Amino acid sequence: MSFTCETRASLETLLNTIGIDKKEDVFSSIPEDLLFKGKLNIPEPMDEEKIRRKMDFPVSGTIFAGGGIYRHHIPSAVDALTARQEFFTAYTPYQPEISQGTLQSIFEYQSMMADLTGMHASNASMYDGATALAEAALMAIRKKHVKKVFVSRATNPSYRAVLQTYLASHVDVAIIEIPFDPKTGRTDMNTLNETIDKDSAVFIQNPNFFGICEPMKEVSETARNAGMWGIVVNEAISLGILEKPGAFGPDIVLGEAQSFGNPVSAGGPLLGFMCVKKNLLRAMPGRVVGLSRDKNNTQSFCLTLATREQHIRREKATSNICSNQGLCALRAAVYLNLIGPQGLRDTALQCAFGARYLRDQLMDKGINTVFSGPFFHEFVIRMDTKKRKDLIKKGIVPGVDIQNVYPEIPDGLLVNVTEMNTKKECACLIEHL
Amino acid sequence: MNIPTDLRYTKDHEWVRIQENMATIGITDYAQSELGDIVFVELPEVNTSVKKGGVFGTLESVKAVSDIYTPVSGVITKINDQLEDEPELVNQNCYDKAWMIVIRMDDPAEITALMDASAYEKYAGAEAK
Repeated sequence: MSFTCETRASLETLLNTIGIDKKEDVFSSIPEDLLFKGKLNIPEPMDEEKIRRKMDFPVSGTIFAGGGIYRHHIPSAVDALTARQEFFTAYTPYQPEISQGTLQSIFEYQSMMADLTGMHASNASMYDGATALAEAALMAIRKKHVKKVFVSRATNPSYRAVLQTYLASHVDVAIIEIPFDPKTGRTDMNTLNETIDKDSAVFIQNPNFFGICEPMKEVSETARNAGMWGIVVNEAISLGILEKPGAFGPDIVLGEAQSFGNPVSAGGPLLGFMCVKKNLLRAMPGRVVGLSRDKNNTQSFCLTLATREQHIRREKATSNICSNQGLCALRAAVYLNLIGPQGLRDTALQCAFGARYLRDQLMDKGINTVFSGPFFHEFVIRMDTKKRKDLIKKGIVPGVDIQNVYPEIPDGLLVNVTEMNTKKECACLIEHL
Repeated sequence: MNIPTDLRYTKDHEWVRIQENMATIGITDYAQSELGDIVFVELPEVNTSVKKGGVFGTLESVKAVSDIYTPVSGVITKINDQLEDEPELVNQNCYDKAWMIVIRMDDPAEITALMDASAYEKYAGAEAK
């Protein structure tokens, strides 16, 4: 039973039980003139994040760094539930006889990811978004025998680097970067149109690394001429507000779901995800938990489609990944259950509003965004290294320096705003510019 | 063991039905009974070129995954889509409804290397022991 939750229904039950109409009647024996009528001298109600900052970290860093790993509010219940000894383990136990709870949590994670992406099936998770992209490319090579892997240059540079590593031994497969439009920051559709054929796989990140939303309808019309095409989601929170990637008909949707209940830490651990169309289910790497019935006909969960994996298919397995990011996936499942669809939408909206608020403040200071394309919660501005370092000395991280990975954007700085950044923090940044 | 006399056979337990330069391919009764219940059949796409001895598909049974080998070189002109939804046909009717692919042969002379029914019966009989 809940000790603190007061719903109308539970209140009515309580009142009915003791036989009174309204809760004020509990105090009816106290003379009117002795009742306290004023306002208690205590602070106004606060949300969880405000209380946490007040009690735990009175000075929160003023951080606008994103670029693939994002700071989001994590309800305390995520830590409380996932730290339970039944769940908290370095190695995910898969034996159905002893692990129904773990298996059910993975099944729920899969169900929610498939629903959020609008795809048929999800695996039990991957190491991170970068390896998920590399595994997707390997899938295209294995299943569709593609010879070219097109990837937008506006895709997270770390993802492209890991893709290069994973495909290094495939000497007959070329990785080709699709340039981006230097004005809009969107992937150059003309180049894409001219070069795609059945021998190619195409991967487009949306929103892209610059935070820009790609013209997905246009992308899908071209990309569907490829042997296989996929959408990379670098920021899972965007699924709360953007159209489901599955609506554009990709073969695969993959990416990073760290934002779902997992902290930034020192850059990991992360949570890769992969969702596919039904016809690619058996080509998908990784573990999959299925819903089944035991010998007593009771609902139960167990690993399924294991014939794709190494312990059965040996060197012909779909991948050498035979584990999953169990604890991080559990955190994602708990997080999504706690905030719900409306909470996810609200979070995404707060991020988008916050980013627009800061963008406007910067414009008032004469600092414009580099790209004109519509963005989600991240945008590129120019700031020289000296100024950036000065700000960091003052305890303000104004964004992620991207000029090393994008020499074509000198002084490029990727600025991210999430629901964690308060108006006060934005003002603090503006003031010190 | 059911071994139709009008077919040719491989040592990997595929059967081949020859009609002019076209070869229809499936797996034998012996193979399906050894594999047990087939739960998934993975076939290549039409127009794929295949080489004799190469792998053209996989069969997934409850206990194992097995490759299916190409008995003759050529181009795949047809695949049996029905097996995608009804893999159990391989167990029920391996020589007829559960044909897998049709190959337009590059070199029809390759079929001389295949066994006839009586040779295959001896071969499979020896393996069964």
